[in-house]
Amino acid sequence: MNRLRSAGRILGATVGLALTLAGCGVSSAPVADNSPITLTLATFNKFGYSDAMLAQYHALHPNVTVVQNIAATSQAAQDNMFTKLAAGSGLGDVEAVEVDWMPKLKQYSNLFVDLSTSESKGRWLDWKTQAATANGRLIGAGTDIGPEAICYRSDPFIKAGLAGDPAGVAQLLTGDWNNYYAVGQRFTAAHTGVAWFDSAGATFQGLANQYTNFFEQSDGKVIATTNPDVKSAFVSVLNASSTSSAHLQEWSTDWNAGLANGAWATMLCPSWMLGVISGNGPKVKDWKIANVFPNGGGNWGGSYLTVPTQGKHTAAAKELALWLTAPEQQIAAFVTTGNYPSQVGAYTNPALTGAMNPYFNNAPIGQIFADRAKAVKVTPYKGIKYAAIMQAVQDGLTRVESKKQSIDASWAQVVSDINALS
Amino acid sequence: MTTSTLVVKDLTIRGFRFKESLGRWDVTYSPYLFISPFFILFALVGLFPLLYTGWVSLHAWDLLGGQGRWTGFDNFGFVLHQRQFWVALRNTLSIFLLSAVPQIIAATAIAAALDTNLRNKTFWRMSVLLPFVVMPVAVTLIFGSMFGERYGLVNRTLAGIDLGPIRWHTDPLASHIAIATMVNFRWTGYNALILLAGMQAISRDLYEAAAIDGAGWVSRFFRVTLPQLRPTLIFVIITATIGGLQIFDEPRLYDQNGLGGEDQQWMTMTIYLYKLGWPQLNFGRAAAVAWLLFLLIIAIGLVNLAITRRIATSEGRTA
Repeated sequence: MNRLRSAGRILGATVGLALTLAGCGVSSAPVADNSPITLTLATFNKFGYSDAMLAQYHALHPNVTVVQNIAATSQAAQDNMFTKLAAGSGLGDVEAVEVDWMPKLKQYSNLFVDLSTSESKGRWLDWKTQAATANGRLIGAGTDIGPEAICYRSDPFIKAGLAGDPAGVAQLLTGDWNNYYAVGQRFTAAHTGVAWFDSAGATFQGLANQYTNFFEQSDGKVIATTNPDVKSAFVSVLNASSTSSAHLQEWSTDWNAGLANGAWATMLCPSWMLGVISGNGPKVKDWKIANVFPNGGGNWGGSYLTVPTQGKHTAAAKELALWLTAPEQQIAAFVTTGNYPSQVGAYTNPALTGAMNPYFNNAPIGQIFADRAKAVKVTPYKGIKYAAIMQAVQDGLTRVESKKQSIDASWAQVVSDINALS
Repeated sequence: MTTSTLVVKDLTIRGFRFKESLGRWDVTYSPYLFISPFFILFALVGLFPLLYTGWVSLHAWDLLGGQGRWTGFDNFGFVLHQRQFWVALRNTLSIFLLSAVPQIIAATAIAAALDTNLRNKTFWRMSVLLPFVVMPVAVTLIFGSMFGERYGLVNRTLAGIDLGPIRWHTDPLASHIAIATMVNFRWTGYNALILLAGMQAISRDLYEAAAIDGAGWVSRFFRVTLPQLRPTLIFVIITATIGGLQIFDEPRLYDQNGLGGEDQQWMTMTIYLYKLGWPQLNFGRAAAVAWLLFLLIIAIGLVNLAITRRIATSEGRTA
């Protein structure tokens, strides 16, 4: 283990040095001189870049001070990013980006520094790199991915007469989505006072990420309103939701309060969700993770670091972005927040594979999410309209859950909202 | 010698003439010069953006990509045919009425109360202004969680007195009331202070005369205070109209998505504009909405002006 670590350190140092050299050629901003500079790193939610990690970078590069600005929500970060990209100034030197905004940014790849270097080549999973490559330029350095498991609360499971241990629950939920809903029916019939899942919208995300072309064809043509998979996912989730859902819209204040009160027994659990659950529900003690996911595997979300060309120190910023997304740093982030690395080199590291999470009753999260990442077979195509279409569909799901509309009426409105996007 | 005196004379005459015209220019042009900073600034930060927005609205225009092809009035046509535009118009007017009307009535009442002989005047006046100092974002976050449907403070209190939960984030009217509450919380005190300043400027002789004539405080308020307050009221109502129709922070932060609700229950014109311009990157359509909103504000402002004038004048006559 020691040897591995020191090898990693040497590798890291070489990469860093190589990048410094490579960086000089790419950007006009000088880094060779050691005049002190300050780099701003703009992230959101929990990226796991601790102050200690940034201090370590300062120790390695005494002339560089890194200041991290953390936006409260990814929505706020996204608004800020697009506004300042349009304005042409004001962004951080390194900007975190969520995978769902990537399609839009890829259209303007000239606004971002190309992060590909011979050293960072092959660092990430192929599909992770693909999703951030435009015109042969890599505009985002992958941070984490979101392989999905199922998180569940063991007390209500046992109360309902179902298995309570992770292995038993994994067996119970092995199967397709109909199986997940059917177990939900059995659970609800036991009247534990707790719902089966949080919301139709969150569950729908799990389905949407299991198709290659769900809303859009790979040439960008919108098929959301005609693709039978979309409509049947919409209807089946809502049918299950009528009896099984807590009807709390994801990320709403009520949803956060619902987590704190343990209002539902299962939820889709991409790795980054662990921090959200433990952060909102410190008093709920029985959350566990089952190494299973309906219909195989799925990936939900994950982020990148980008370097906008409008920054003053783009070469130094590129170096920082590539250092932060090196396996060692992302493993450290995984241990603190649960964000599962997108770096291939991290997967064999014992610090990752042996990781446990005390909040989830010492779940072996390193092992679980390694398995869940292997189960991901499909890379969904997400075009420039993906986020807007998803918003329209999510609105439609919420309208039915809040009993404002029937499924048919809501779907009709979804169709007209999507048509208005053209 | 003679020539030089002539020259000197000529110069003095010229100098005198120059001074004279300076004086004339001073009288004619100085006032314009003095007020010009405002107009220059206005042209830069008000008029230019306004006209430029008009230019943008006539093109296909991408937020990041910039100017596209000329489309004439297509953006306006598209927007006017959208169901969401009309819902946004309904919401804007509804939230505006629910906030502006109670706000101005309450502000006038508070101002009248503050205008009486109170002890610790400054303390009371400053307390009224306190909500205005709080950041709108903070106000909205606090109210947003108070108005949570299942775990919110308001609904829990209502349940305590056996009243059914109100669906603050689902019903359009309930959400409008909740948002109007936030607006009123912030702006009532501010308007009260402006109205108070107006009231203090009213000559006390009028009240004394009215009192001698036997007028009680009610008729003194309606027959002296209100008519005398007319210019201040017009100012307050016009600014409340402009602010109310442009309302953005409160509906934007009312839920986690900030796009006005799943059925656009509280999506105002500015939120609709934002939705088109930012998440959809369609700046041309957003600019068209901006211009329609501008026209709407002017129209309602004129209506307000007419109504305020009429009310105040008719009361002034009866006084």
